[in-house]
Amino acid sequence: MLDNRPLKMCRRRFLASVAALPALTGGAFAHTMPHSLPWSPFAGDPPKPINPLGWYFLTPSEVITVEAIVDRLIPADHLSPGGKDAGCAVFIDRQLAGSFGKSSHLYNKGPFLPGLPTQGYQGELTPSGRYRIGLKALEDHVRAANAGKSFAELTGEQQDAILSGLEEGKITLKLAPGFSTRQFFELLLQNTMEGFFADPLYGGNKDMASWKMIGFPGARYDYRDYVEKYNQPYPHGPVSIMSGAPGWNVKG
Amino acid sequence: MAKLMPRRDVVIVGFGWTGAILAQELTEAGLDVLAIERGPWRDTATDFNIGYMPDELRYAIRRELFLQPSQEAITMRNDLTQTALPMRDYGSFLPGAGVGGAGVHWNGFSWRYLASDFILKTHLTQKYGAKKFDGLTIQDWGVTWDEIEHCFDKFEYVAGVSGKAGVIKGVVQPGGNPFEGSRSREYPNPPLKMPYSSSLFTKAATEYGLHPFPSPSANISRPYVNSLGVAMGECTYCGYCERFGCANYSKAAPQTTILPVLMKKDNFELRTESEVLTVNLHPDGKTAKSVTYVDTSGNEYEQPADLVIMAGYGLMNVRMMLLSRIGKPYDPNTNEGVVGRNYCYQTGGGGASMIFDDKRFNPFMGAGALSSSAHDFNSDMDHSKLDFVGGCSIGSGESNGRPIQGRPTPPGTPRWGSKWKDATAKTYGHVMSIGGSGSSYAQRGNYLDLDPTYTDNFGRPLLRITFDFPDNDIRMQNWVGEQCVKIAKTLNPKILTSGKARKGWNSVPYQTTHNTGGAIMGADPKTSAVNRYLQNWDVSNVFVMGACAFPQNSAMNPTGTVAALAYWAAEAITTRYIKNPGPLVQA
Ligand SMILES: Cc1cc2nc3c(=O)[nH]c(=O)nc-3n(C[C@H](O)[C@H](O)[C@H](O)COP(=O)(O)OP(=O)(O)OC[C@H]3O[C@@H](n4cnc5c(N)ncnc54)[C@H](O)[C@@H]3O)c2cc1C
Ligand code: SF4
Repeated sequence: MLDNRPLKMCRRRFLASVAALPALTGGAFAHTMPHSLPWSPFAGDPPKPINPLGWYFLTPSEVITVEAIVDRLIPADHLSPGGKDAGCAVFIDRQLAGSFGKSSHLYNKGPFLPGLPTQGYQGELTPSGRYRIGLKALEDHVRAANAGKSFAELTGEQQDAILSGLEEGKITLKLAPGFSTRQFFELLLQNTMEGFFADPLYGGNKDMASWKMIGFPGARYDYRDYVEKYNQPYPHGPVSIMSGAPGWNVKG
Repeated sequence: MAKLMPRRDVVIVGFGWTGAILAQELTEAGLDVLAIERGPWRDTATDFNIGYMPDELRYAIRRELFLQPSQEAITMRNDLTQTALPMRDYGSFLPGAGVGGAGVHWNGFSWRYLASDFILKTHLTQKYGAKKFDGLTIQDWGVTWDEIEHCFDKFEYVAGVSGKAGVIKGVVQPGGNPFEGSRSREYPNPPLKMPYSSSLFTKAATEYGLHPFPSPSANISRPYVNSLGVAMGECTYCGYCERFGCANYSKAAPQTTILPVLMKKDNFELRTESEVLTVNLHPDGKTAKSVTYVDTSGNEYEQPADLVIMAGYGLMNVRMMLLSRIGKPYDPNTNEGVVGRNYCYQTGGGGASMIFDDKRFNPFMGAGALSSSAHDFNSDMDHSKLDFVGGCSIGSGESNGRPIQGRPTPPGTPRWGSKWKDATAKTYGHVMSIGGSGSSYAQRGNYLDLDPTYTDNFGRPLLRITFDFPDNDIRMQNWVGEQCVKIAKTLNPKILTSGKARKGWNSVPYQTTHNTGGAIMGADPKTSAVNRYLQNWDVSNVFVMGACAFPQNSAMNPTGTVAALAYWAAEAITTRYIKNPGPLVQA
């Protein structure tokens, strides 16, 4: 079930109709008036926190694999919960189900030719397609090499050895033209880290675990009183968009 | 069939920094101006909302405010022998989209180029002889510092630039940049507060014999009412600056400086979500008669106008010229033609990164242009004993501590797992770097043209970039990088690492959105696409804005100079062109 439908229809610019903004006439001696700029109430586009329940893109068996992977990339220890408990698999699932997974704002026209490293990813598969193929190829590889055991059934050390093998190019999975094993690993790593460090709004970084771990205050917006306090820790803990302004920005 | 719209005096293609500047200046002169912008309307209160702006994933990683390649992509290759392929996602540079353009989500470094930069060829030839830059197609700009100084000044007082003057009316000022051209007055606002890293850099650079100063910033240091009467707020060092819109009215953008005045005018109209496809010429090819644009439902319109201003960002302006057959396309094989010529970038890499056990930097207290710089190694340094021309502005500061984008660890640390976590937690906030923004000089073979294979949604060829860093620029950058390392050593970091500039421009990692050249200005129509007033040599009612006019790029961010040139062109249009339309300079 490759998700590579024609994406033209999803593009935001074809949904909106032309918005002409006529100059507002203000008379010969117009003052600055509060409504002289185009403005409509509630025109903003606040983010929608993800629904934490269920899976939108990953299949049940893919969920088990992804949860095992993110828990090795970010293991639980005294510094933070592991990737799974931090919500990284949920994050990846929601990203793959949305615009990121579909590459809907990328340039998706052919011909798809093999590129040079300086030319970036040139494959035809969208991120969701890459996960689907990559996870299956990974499981096939693991089961063949481990007497039928799945990735999640291996020990932590064995899992780490496989992930290193993908990262360093020692394991070659059967993927697709323009999509290498290393690129699959980089995608996994990138998305896991995005989930771990993004605002909790998107399903990962539960309880701002990563921000607490490194001392990042998150969505705070005013440091005027602290910039010149050299070599001193910032005294306040993090806030997130969700925790920062409850009430109005979780509508929708 | 395109629907024919009523004629306007002026149509402006694109509504970012240069579009807004031209619209404001030309409407002041009484012209009836229509701006056409392909992206949406955006404003502070509704779109850069403090309640949800600090969202790294949405704005910095998924880059919601930027041009998406599905709308317009660009192909790239490093040299003529390679096959260009589309950048399926933008990476190395990130063009803007929507009202305000890249002026919404820029950092705000607001420089004036050096006085010598504008006469670079003459200057270098006099100093060292032309052999010194053999192989580089360096040119003069056709305009001098003295002529456009007042245009820099005008922009700085619109944008509320915060900084410390180095030279006022020929007199060197303590604390400023002694190498800058002589300016008519002080900046409108004092420098921003100085972060720890900048203060350490300032101390180390001074002891090293350099002349550091606070970088001029369009993140403004105090409440300010600009020269148009628009009120701006004080920067709060929020650290969600570049790639984001400012929720505090503190970063100069068209929205926070010009639009509150412009949008009220009777003689101005803005059409958003409308993409200009071509500029249409009269049969004699000497003047433009209209532009064709399409709305988001696919309806086509023909908009006649007496004057066409291209303000769609440098790269897009060049593509629009090529698609509209304005000016002769450049051919790297014969070195003839002008449109696409002298494409340059900004040289990066090199520099020093330091990890300290005993110093804490709080990088999240940052602003896009919060830094200190030194220009002792800028393009006007003494090259007589060096094997390159050009230079680098170096500096250190804090723009942000956003963790998806930046999580430094000591060299040799794994990229995941327990060791990675431990190193990340220990290193975050203990790193500072000294880096540079290097000049980028033109050479034959680096150019822009239309791609032979890849097309956009309307079936029109994409722009193709053929570019690699010239050897001269690599030598320059690495020499300056070595100086940065020497300065860094004096700070006694626990770990010091240094990078190297390399050949093989890579389109994937972000570098800078400082694409220059392709429609360069100059005194000779054989080697420039526009004259000294940014007027096209062939089609006299088309003026082309943007950094595409730079014959080569200097060692600083471009927008201060882009804006100054926009005011310079607007002045020529309002004082001379409208009285007597036609070429302002005889070819
Ligand atoms: C992340 C980032 C950081 C930056 N930091 C700095 C900095 O610190 N200092 C500095 O000097 N510069 C910086 N820049 C560069 C700066 O933003 C640009 O130099 C500046 O915005 C250029 O102004 P412009 O008017 O040429 O283009 P823009 O401001 O980009 O405006 C062009 C507009 O034209 C529209 N357009 C394009 N084609 C069409 C068409 N066919 N039809 C209709 N509309 C069209 C676009 O949608 C856009 O809105 C930065 C840029 C980025 C992306
Ligand atoms: S750092 Fe300052 S100028 Fe930049 S977005 Fe934040 S408040 Fe605005």
